[in-house]
Amino acid sequence: MRRLLIAAAAIAAAPLAPAAAQDVAITNAKLVIGTGDGPVEGGTVVIRGGRVIAAGQGVAVPAGMDTVDAGGKWVTPGIFAGFTRLGIVEISGVGQTNDTAAGDSPFHAAIDVTPAVNPRTSSLALNRAEGLTRAVVAPDTGSAMFAGQGAIIDLGADMDAVTVPRAFQFMEYGEAGSREAGGSRPAAYAFLRTALMEAQDYARSPRSFADRGPDAFLTRLDAAALAPVVQGKVPLMVHVERGSDILVILGLREEFPRLKLVLVGATEGWTVASQIAAAGVPVIAKPLADLPDSFESLAATQSNIGRMLAAGVTVAIGTIGSDESHQARWVKQYAGNLVGLARIPGASGLEWGQAFAAITSGPAEALGMAGQFGSLRPGRHGDVVIWDGDPLEIGTNAVAVYIDGVAQPLETRQQLLRDRYLSPPDDQLPNAYRR
Amino acid sequence: MTIAIGAAATLMACTPDSGGTQSAGSSAATPGKGGESYSRDPYPSTYHRYPGVPTLVTNVTILDGEGGRIENGSILFRDGEIAEVGTDIAAGPGVTVIDGTGKYVTPGIIDVHSHLGDYPSPGIGALSDGNEATSPTTPEVWAEHSVWPQDPGFSRALANGGVTTLQILPGSANLMGGRSVTIKNVYARTVQGMKFPDAPYGLKMACGENPKRVYGSRGRMPSTRMGNIAVDRETWARAQEYDRKWDKYEEEGGDSPPSRDIAMDTLRGVLDGEILVHNHCYRADEMAIVMDMAKEFGYHVSAFHHAVEAYKIADLLEANDTCAAVWADWWGFKMEAYDETDANLAILEHQGACGLIHSDDANGIQRLNQEVAKARAAGLRAGIAISEEQAWTWAAINPARVLGIADKTGSLRPGKMADIVLWNGNPFSVYTRPQMVWIDGALMYDMNDPSRRPVSDFELGQPGGGSFN
Repeated sequence: MRRLLIAAAAIAAAPLAPAAAQDVAITNAKLVIGTGDGPVEGGTVVIRGGRVIAAGQGVAVPAGMDTVDAGGKWVTPGIFAGFTRLGIVEISGVGQTNDTAAGDSPFHAAIDVTPAVNPRTSSLALNRAEGLTRAVVAPDTGSAMFAGQGAIIDLGADMDAVTVPRAFQFMEYGEAGSREAGGSRPAAYAFLRTALMEAQDYARSPRSFADRGPDAFLTRLDAAALAPVVQGKVPLMVHVERGSDILVILGLREEFPRLKLVLVGATEGWTVASQIAAAGVPVIAKPLADLPDSFESLAATQSNIGRMLAAGVTVAIGTIGSDESHQARWVKQYAGNLVGLARIPGASGLEWGQAFAAITSGPAEALGMAGQFGSLRPGRHGDVVIWDGDPLEIGTNAVAVYIDGVAQPLETRQQLLRDRYLSPPDDQLPNAYRR
Repeated sequence: MTIAIGAAATLMACTPDSGGTQSAGSSAATPGKGGESYSRDPYPSTYHRYPGVPTLVTNVTILDGEGGRIENGSILFRDGEIAEVGTDIAAGPGVTVIDGTGKYVTPGIIDVHSHLGDYPSPGIGALSDGNEATSPTTPEVWAEHSVWPQDPGFSRALANGGVTTLQILPGSANLMGGRSVTIKNVYARTVQGMKFPDAPYGLKMACGENPKRVYGSRGRMPSTRMGNIAVDRETWARAQEYDRKWDKYEEEGGDSPPSRDIAMDTLRGVLDGEILVHNHCYRADEMAIVMDMAKEFGYHVSAFHHAVEAYKIADLLEANDTCAAVWADWWGFKMEAYDETDANLAILEHQGACGLIHSDDANGIQRLNQEVAKARAAGLRAGIAISEEQAWTWAAINPARVLGIADKTGSLRPGKMADIVLWNGNPFSVYTRPQMVWIDGALMYDMNDPSRRPVSDFELGQPGGGSFN
């Protein structure tokens, strides 16, 4: 324990420049690739230039490469949190530190989380220490249905967090979208269609699209942000829960055929699973939602994800409706619960490999980035975690975390507080002197 | 004015025969001549245990809820009560035997902090009945008058969570939010039908950010932490005066009783030790102030809830015989939840203070076993060795003590209510779920029997039909 802490402190003291690409091989691993497989013994992962070049059994380690013997421990791709607000919030209730939404801004689709991402946000360190290496970071809606442009970030301890800026546009439909659009679903739908039509106009001729000022339906920047969405260059991620609303969103492609849709939430997804599958639209689902907590989620069931998978839908897991800003680490527990669900007669749970893929390769696949992240297949970013047990099980620790092949510090504020108060006050000096 | 009218109506209805027959001494009381002169229990429990069959569960690992563990154990219960817990228990004639090889038995989980029923699903304004956020102190409101017995959340807490008893609290907008109610997790048509027989009432209090934000934003007191304590102290001072008047009347009699004040009745109950204080409070320094305030006015804090910083004052909590009810790992949603460590419960245990788990959440209540597992794991990570059986006290006997019902439930002791969970594996594993749940010896959930799973009225005929697993 102490040795680990010293090592972590040494890494933390290094200059916080963008991490250089690293070469490392991890051998003797109980290895999981992350695309649906279970663990295999005696695996090796080789990372060169920050990317995975080989992983599996019988993989040779290139001569001269730094090698870490995992000692038979579990080795997996880092966890890819499918939907979060990591790095853009320090404390949710302290407005100055919360950059998720901007209710008073004239901009909406144009908003881009990139300049808000702070790699020093304490939740990044906490979630990194729990084996999370990448995350989907979405803004939240403020004054319109469009929240803005989200990013893919890494959780590394350097000042270069954003891996893919403007990776998608996020919007609210259903009850929340209706509220933002003025009060009803038809109003939301009219807003959505108009915005996308204007974006088409912009895409056809950006120069003739005049900025109409802060009271305009779309500012110039909003239109510019939506243009690649209607062109199918940037995915449109839609939070939607009700079965009928999902069908409405899928139907948008009759008018805007190039839209690359990603559904988020989809608590009633199972009720229209065959249509989602037929549309080839992926889902980042809210796991374990089993309460009719609104009238748009009356059909909530923990079997939702299992049933959608069985119907052929691509499903990943995100922290939707949980604490997206701090607790992305919970996706491991969620995935584990879906495995446990498989033991309940009549329920649709997940196989272990499916569940683990839902928090690694699944989110990458949903965003069309499976070639970049989320698994240990060759060519992917070198995000690897060594665990002291089954990573979905409670109590398992991440003992080493690599991001782009760079070993990461695992110290957290929470751990320092713990150590300060582990023993009662000793009356020699105040606790403020313990560190 | 409305309070006065309400008080008069209650007083008129309050004869020894019309209400508090469950309260000790009330049936013999004569107003004004000693004893209780108004009902302490005007909405009495009508809960009754449902029929069960004499049952023996064998070959299980038993965590008894008080820190004990039996490998390859057996438990026998009949007539609603636990009869025997041990290793070699004879089934006897007419006893249903369940072979639990590879499985665990624990007492039912007790959640001391729930808003099921008063903030039910669906979470719409029409059903939002948890905060009477119209005055900084509302000890006159009773959560049981808000609880919607059809909340679908009760079934999830039962089937996924193994929760057999829970306390429903008013929310934390107010310094004094009102009375809590403790219920058995058994659906009924009325809240009285769910009330845990003879459980003491609680008073929900809150310190810190919520009350000062809610009222400060309206330009009224309290708008600061010092304002919080000032309003509390003024209210307790009035309560002491009220208590003295009624004590005198009930001891010595007089021409006419003092005026009834429904709010002060609750605070009088606290000062008399009949109503237990559950204080929402995050920060260590604020908990210390509240414990001093309790000494100043002569009451006791049964537990601090959401006590994110309890680990900083384990010694103070222990010295004041006050427990800390906490989450395993929630943090960061507001400033007073910033100094979090997942080792909170483990540090409390390590330093001899009373800690327990709680949910405050319709989803979290479904996985309190996993929250206990997380809290224990954080302890192990910190080098604090806490056994599974010791950790289970955080979900069983400690919450029962905090609610004042530890003599009836919260551990697997002969004579106690047969509130029991058979888990389909180790309940510290993420892969484990309740297999069967008994409440007062009646089988209320069986994962293999769809007919042993309740569906609330609200869910009948809806998409999904209440089939949540």
